[in-house]
Amino acid sequence: MALDNETMQGLLESVARFVRERLRPLEHQVAREDCIPAEIRREIAAMGLFGLSIPEDYGGLGLTMEEEVRVAFELGKTSPAFRSLIGTNNGIGSQGLIMDGTEEQKQRYLPRLASGELISSFALTEPEAGSDAASLKTSARRGEGGYVLNGTKRFITNAPHAGLFTVFARTDPSQPGARGVSAFLVEAGTPGLSCGPIDRKMGQSGSHTSDVIFEDCHVPSDALLGGREGQGFRTAMKVLDRGRLHISAVCVAMAERVIDDSLRYAVERKQFGQPIAEFQLVQAMLADSRTEAYAARCMVLETARSKDRGADVATDAACCKLFASEMVGRVVDRAVQIHGGAGYIADHGIERFYRDARLFRIYEGTSQIQQIVIARNMVRDL
Amino acid sequence: MKLLVCVKRVVDFNVKIRVKPDGSGVELANIKMSMNPFDEIAVEEAVRLKEQGKVTEIVAVSIGPQQAGETIRTALAMGADRGILVKTDATVEPLAVAKILAKVVEQEKPDLVIMGKQAIDDDANQTGQMLAALLGWPQGTFAFKVAVGEGSIDVTREVDGGLQTVGLKLPAIVTTDLRLNEPRYASLPNIMKAKKKPLDETSPETLGIDVSPRLKVIKTVEPGGRKAGVKVGSVAELVQKLKVEAGVL
Repeated sequence: MALDNETMQGLLESVARFVRERLRPLEHQVAREDCIPAEIRREIAAMGLFGLSIPEDYGGLGLTMEEEVRVAFELGKTSPAFRSLIGTNNGIGSQGLIMDGTEEQKQRYLPRLASGELISSFALTEPEAGSDAASLKTSARRGEGGYVLNGTKRFITNAPHAGLFTVFARTDPSQPGARGVSAFLVEAGTPGLSCGPIDRKMGQSGSHTSDVIFEDCHVPSDALLGGREGQGFRTAMKVLDRGRLHISAVCVAMAERVIDDSLRYAVERKQFGQPIAEFQLVQAMLADSRTEAYAARCMVLETARSKDRGADVATDAACCKLFASEMVGRVVDRAVQIHGGAGYIADHGIERFYRDARLFRIYEGTSQIQQIVIARNMVRDL
Repeated sequence: MKLLVCVKRVVDFNVKIRVKPDGSGVELANIKMSMNPFDEIAVEEAVRLKEQGKVTEIVAVSIGPQQAGETIRTALAMGADRGILVKTDATVEPLAVAKILAKVVEQEKPDLVIMGKQAIDDDANQTGQMLAALLGWPQGTFAFKVAVGEGSIDVTREVDGGLQTVGLKLPAIVTTDLRLNEPRYASLPNIMKAKKKPLDETSPETLGIDVSPRLKVIKTVEPGGRKAGVKVGSVAELVQKLKVEAGVL
């Protein structure tokens, strides 16, 4: 681990306190108004949370994967909308740039991403292509002094607020598969780039997604990530490992949060003259949830450490994402059950977590995609 | 202008305090410890004065075991420039603390000393006043607002009747009340930078201070539980009870 124990503890305590005192009291408001207050956004930036994974040389904290997931274990103990705000800058929106960008590209964007001045988005998914790169339709054909982009991206997190998009587009139409795909760094405000209306979602209010539309959007040749064509899909896949571990850590955090809420409720709430926490059927739910959350926490930490040692964790990261996201689904379902009627009423916030958690099984690769990745890698590595 | 801010490591305010079975004190083993909240307000005020350009250097000092160094690191992460740990595993009472601080003041020669009005562990509320007496400096206690002038400081204090403003000539002692400011969260980059700031270590022995206790704890007990109330039948009965039994009217 890069940081000494005392500094790491200081970091985690500061985040935990910020979550407890500043973010948790705003959960209902953010959900109701579908908006994170500008003042809180500034505080999140001042805390340094936009730059967790960005190297220190570019103004970030340069946390290792283990350190990052431990921060996510704390930051995830509140509405995921807050985490989502910083999620793209730390994950899919910056990692491609960090891993494959040219020095000039890094200098231009990373310091502003680390400070939160600039929000980044990762524009891969399309109406007819998600994890399936072969069907990617957005095109980038060579034009005068650069490329001309055309196509539509869908469900792009933070797009309405983004200043920078990492866009995946096909530069070589003769290559129908992954090899024809390149990544571009496109700034908001580039003529021909526009965002659709903000998507109305089942949960995670306060976090915004929308379509991103390219109509003869002209970008200079130095917008090509890393200055090389055909590398885009490889970049996207590398980026996803880190993102999947981060999301898994957020799933663990949300599970631990609702277990804590459920436990407190079960100890307080009385039926038949005793706290419901004394009933064995309720105890079974608490114990199952605690066990599963703990298992996921261990998986995430172990895989993060393994990644820090330089191992290829593509399979393990997919295992973490699959288990942790399915786990939090079961845990938050039990949390509603333990809360009974109160769990179904909006005031307690449990039904909100129930809706928020549903997304974890879908984005950054559905559970089914994770299963395929895991099994294919198993067969390949035999 | 140089400023000395004093910080104490205490049981975190969120922790439920438990008395040791033998009644000799409260349980401290494996308990979460943090900076005394009033001292946090003192550090925040110090950092604000520095941001206003009124203060050039902030020195954070703490007296206690090795782990009190962590409390100093918190102050450094909030914006203090360097730290001094006066390391001792002994119990230090307010007078001993004041004597140690007087010695540190003698060495560091600050123009202003800020500290919490009291620590939330023993609530003594004595150290600032004793330090002022030992140094012969003016004191502004229970600060609600401070305004630093040229060679002077105006301290608005929370007193029973309302607010009172006193003008002090520097150097002076200020102790902070709850409403002086709202302390900032140490940002993650600053927590990492704090590790690189200097933290010197000394001890009461090196400073030539005798810290042997002058007080004896006779016993420590849990607060008694809340007793059941009574229902009154009429307003007249209520007034009667308030007058006779409660003695508040």
